[in-house]
Amino acid sequence: MQLLIFYLLGGVAISAALLMLTNKQPVNAAMSLIVTMLCLAGIYVLLEAHLIAALQIIVYAGAIMVLFLFIIMLLNIQEKEGRLSGRKLFLQGAGIVMIGFILINVIRLTVSDNLAAKTQGFADGFGTTRAVAKLLFTEFVLPFEIASVLLLAAMVGAVILAKQKVE
Amino acid sequence: MVPQSHYLILGAILFTIGSVGVFTRRNALIIYMCIELMLNAVNLTFIAFSRFLNNMDGHVFAFMIMTVAAAEAAVGLAIILALFRNRQTVNVDDINLLKG
Repeated sequence: MQLLIFYLLGGVAISAALLMLTNKQPVNAAMSLIVTMLCLAGIYVLLEAHLIAALQIIVYAGAIMVLFLFIIMLLNIQEKEGRLSGRKLFLQGAGIVMIGFILINVIRLTVSDNLAAKTQGFADGFGTTRAVAKLLFTEFVLPFEIASVLLLAAMVGAVILAKQKVE
Repeated sequence: MVPQSHYLILGAILFTIGSVGVFTRRNALIIYMCIELMLNAVNLTFIAFSRFLNNMDGHVFAFMIMTVAAAEAAVGLAIILALFRNRQTVNVDDINLLKG
């Protein structure tokens, strides 16, 4: 049953990613990416990562992609590029697909699937907000504080970069 | 029960699709969206490993990746906006002032 759900979500995620890759209009590509992110949120729930699944929908699909759509509609791009034209581009794309194929086979051959040794003895609240917060405020408190400074810097930088020049 | 390699292979496939997009598309916004797809694939790999090693550190790292992706999205899109205002194009082939 879990395998069926995984194949369903994974298949939709991969096909939406391929749709995003081969789309001429940026708005359609952004919508396909949102579908991919929602499928990934479903897979996170399968992996018992409840907080990260909720954050994926709230932050990624709900804030970052909305920001993307705002900018796309603000710039009002008239899409003129040819559909992945050029032989050199095709060779580059094929090269990367070959590297990806090698990567997938390396994973398939080296990752051992013995589950019994590792999936027993799960902590009771694995993947909940409490467990993530416990780590975030004790062991990883320095990255947490630095992340807040990073967000402040990003806010200031974005405002300055996007500001119109005062005449 | 879904084996661990399935999750990792899905992450690898999504990462490959994202990197093909970064190399072959000419629109700066689509390139940026493919970068976000690559970040998502890496997130999936972290969460999968975290579950199969029964360690919560992967979740915290995925949290940090999301934070960094949000900050990067804001600043990167502001840069693209400023670029569009100056050059009236987001085609990366036309932005070649530094070309030798």
